[in-house]
Amino acid sequence: MGILEVKNVNKRFGGLKALSDVNLSIAEHSVHAIIGPNGAGKSTLLNCLVGKLIPDTGSVMFDGQSVLGRAPYEINQMGISRVFQTPEIFGDLTVMENMMIPCFAKRDGAFELNALTSIVKQKDIIERAEHMLEDMNMIDKRNMHAASMSRGDKRRLEIGMCLSQEPRLLLLDEPTAGMARADTNNTIDLLKQIKDTRDITIAIIEHDMHVVFSLAERITVLAQGSPLVEDTPEKIKGHPKVREAYLGESA
Amino acid sequence: MLGLDKKDTTLMLVVAALALLAPFILNPFPEGSAMAQFNAGYPDLMQRFAIYGILAIGFNILFGLTGYLSFGHAAFLGVGSYSAVWMFKLLSYNVIPGIILSVIVAGLFSVVIGFISLRRSGIYFSILTLAFAQMSYNLAYSVLGNPSSNFNLTNGETGLQVYASDPQILASASAPEVPHLFGVAMRSSYQLEVGSWLFTFNAGYYLCAVILMLSFYVSVRIFRSPFGMMLRAVKSNQQRMNYTGLHTRPYTLAAFVISGMYAGLAGGLLSTMDPLAGAERMQWTASGEVVLMTILGGAGTLLGPVVGAGFIKYFENIFSKINEGVLHQWFGFLPDGMESAVIWVVEHFVGPGWHLTLGLLFMLVVTFLPGGLVQGGQHLWRLLAGKSRKEEHAKTETQSTPAE
Ligand SMILES: Nc1ncnc2c1ncn2[C@@H]1O[C@H](COP(=O)(O)OP(=O)(O)OP(=O)(O)O)[C@@H](O)[C@H]1O
Ligand SMILES: [Mg+2]
Repeated sequence: MGILEVKNVNKRFGGLKALSDVNLSIAEHSVHAIIGPNGAGKSTLLNCLVGKLIPDTGSVMFDGQSVLGRAPYEINQMGISRVFQTPEIFGDLTVMENMMIPCFAKRDGAFELNALTSIVKQKDIIERAEHMLEDMNMIDKRNMHAASMSRGDKRRLEIGMCLSQEPRLLLLDEPTAGMARADTNNTIDLLKQIKDTRDITIAIIEHDMHVVFSLAERITVLAQGSPLVEDTPEKIKGHPKVREAYLGESA
Repeated sequence: MLGLDKKDTTLMLVVAALALLAPFILNPFPEGSAMAQFNAGYPDLMQRFAIYGILAIGFNILFGLTGYLSFGHAAFLGVGSYSAVWMFKLLSYNVIPGIILSVIVAGLFSVVIGFISLRRSGIYFSILTLAFAQMSYNLAYSVLGNPSSNFNLTNGETGLQVYASDPQILASASAPEVPHLFGVAMRSSYQLEVGSWLFTFNAGYYLCAVILMLSFYVSVRIFRSPFGMMLRAVKSNQQRMNYTGLHTRPYTLAAFVISGMYAGLAGGLLSTMDPLAGAERMQWTASGEVVLMTILGGAGTLLGPVVGAGFIKYFENIFSKINEGVLHQWFGFLPDGMESAVIWVVEHFVGPGWHLTLGLLFMLVVTFLPGGLVQGGQHLWRLLAGKSRKEEHAKTETQSTPAE
């Protein structure tokens, strides 16, 4: 039994079958990549895992519990954090504040009317957020407005925000899309370090094969809404069906 | 002090000083001088400054922090006014029960209206709140205010007021027959003459001033709290909030209810000034006014709403009183033809035309000072303090807390 079990999931958008009979099992503590050509349904699948979309049929179990019908914030509180295809951060807030918010969410839950205590008195939260910023190598940017940072830094911050919640499953949707080579390599190193030092499972959607083959322990290839093959990176590289459906196209 | 950092303590002290010394500050011109009509230090207007300041402070907690623009806050103001007058009718003219009930009833109303309106955001939220406020207005004006029915909650067109036949079960013989605080009538004043200056200290004003200071203090605490940070996060990115395990709805609802209670408090205080509550307080123009106040002063800043409220109330009460006679007095020194030309132009901007001046001013502020008058004040302050532009730029960029 994997930490995440997707069974017979179907999702239609009008006449378009975005997902058809998707089965996927992600083993705990693994790094699992999901690849496939544009429009294959990768983001749609991710949306079904985090409560943004509800599948038409099928089941999604996280750690033995169904996530279907739960709101995104509830699913997050169960232990699934998500990094978006374009970084989603609190642009109007400072980097430090961005990092404190998930720490509050972790400590106080989905809602807490903490209206008459001062933020400066929240020593445990401040410490935690600072620690995380140090880990992310961003402590010198703590007072910057998040919106004014580079895309690479925003992505880094977003990953840091997700990690500060100590999720059991981290979902990444094309974390290196649109990044310069150096930033991409930094992100790979960061993810490697996360995987080695934390009690975490990572599922990553990625087009960049360099990233995929540097990180993934298992790969699922999605094409036209259904999984084509699932195997180790070595096997995937040489798989004729994959070459035909995906690698051939992207080369 | 009181859980505030140094900067906020200073701000709090400035507000307290302004509120307590208002009878002096607002009356800079001697009686009988040509400028005396610009004096604003009379009780009625000072009370309005304080009361609308409270309304705008509360509105800013919702609009300034979460970005949810309510067009229905006048409903809570009206509900607060009616509640206070009902306490006068049933219990006594003592203002305390009235003020307390106005906050509670407005709070209950805002739970219901907020619960429904907050299912939508953006323009749809604004329209829903507007619809609710207009519904409340119509209920108050006609449905619930028919004097011949035995369920006459608002007394319709005439307005709700206290009659000799009302029970007033707690009224004591010694207490005055007007709103009072444990025997001290709200309208009682002490006048101080210094040379040709006349300063008026009014009991009702000082009650409003003290409540304004408390309201401001609570708002500072909310701004600096984790809850306040969550509200700013709602404004910034709801998607990220949801995927960070935070439920946005209770946060926005709490902000909505808090600001509704502030509005109810303001409404209750209006009734202590004059124990007559009418439905017109709930009209959409009244809702729009508090939006203007907050934006004019600076939404999302601590001081902005108070400044904006003072500004608009000053215009409404002072500029509207300047008539042709006054203008002739001012421009009498000009040659005749020129005088009438100048007066013809200026006339359109004063008296009943004060809305025009206010409108132009609002346009200028929104265009050139998106942060409102407070931002303008800060620029001016830095210029006077002689700091270079660059320095100031670097500073605003790294600011970690919202400006006061
Ligand atoms: N909300 C939606 N409504 C209608 N159609 C949608 C919606 N979301 C996705 N689709 C369609 O479903 C298909 C799968 O989209 P999806 O975004 O999952 O692809 P993807 O594999 O993530 O692609 P990419 O690599 O470009 O991100 C596409 O054809 C897309 O147009
Ligand atoms: Mg996608």
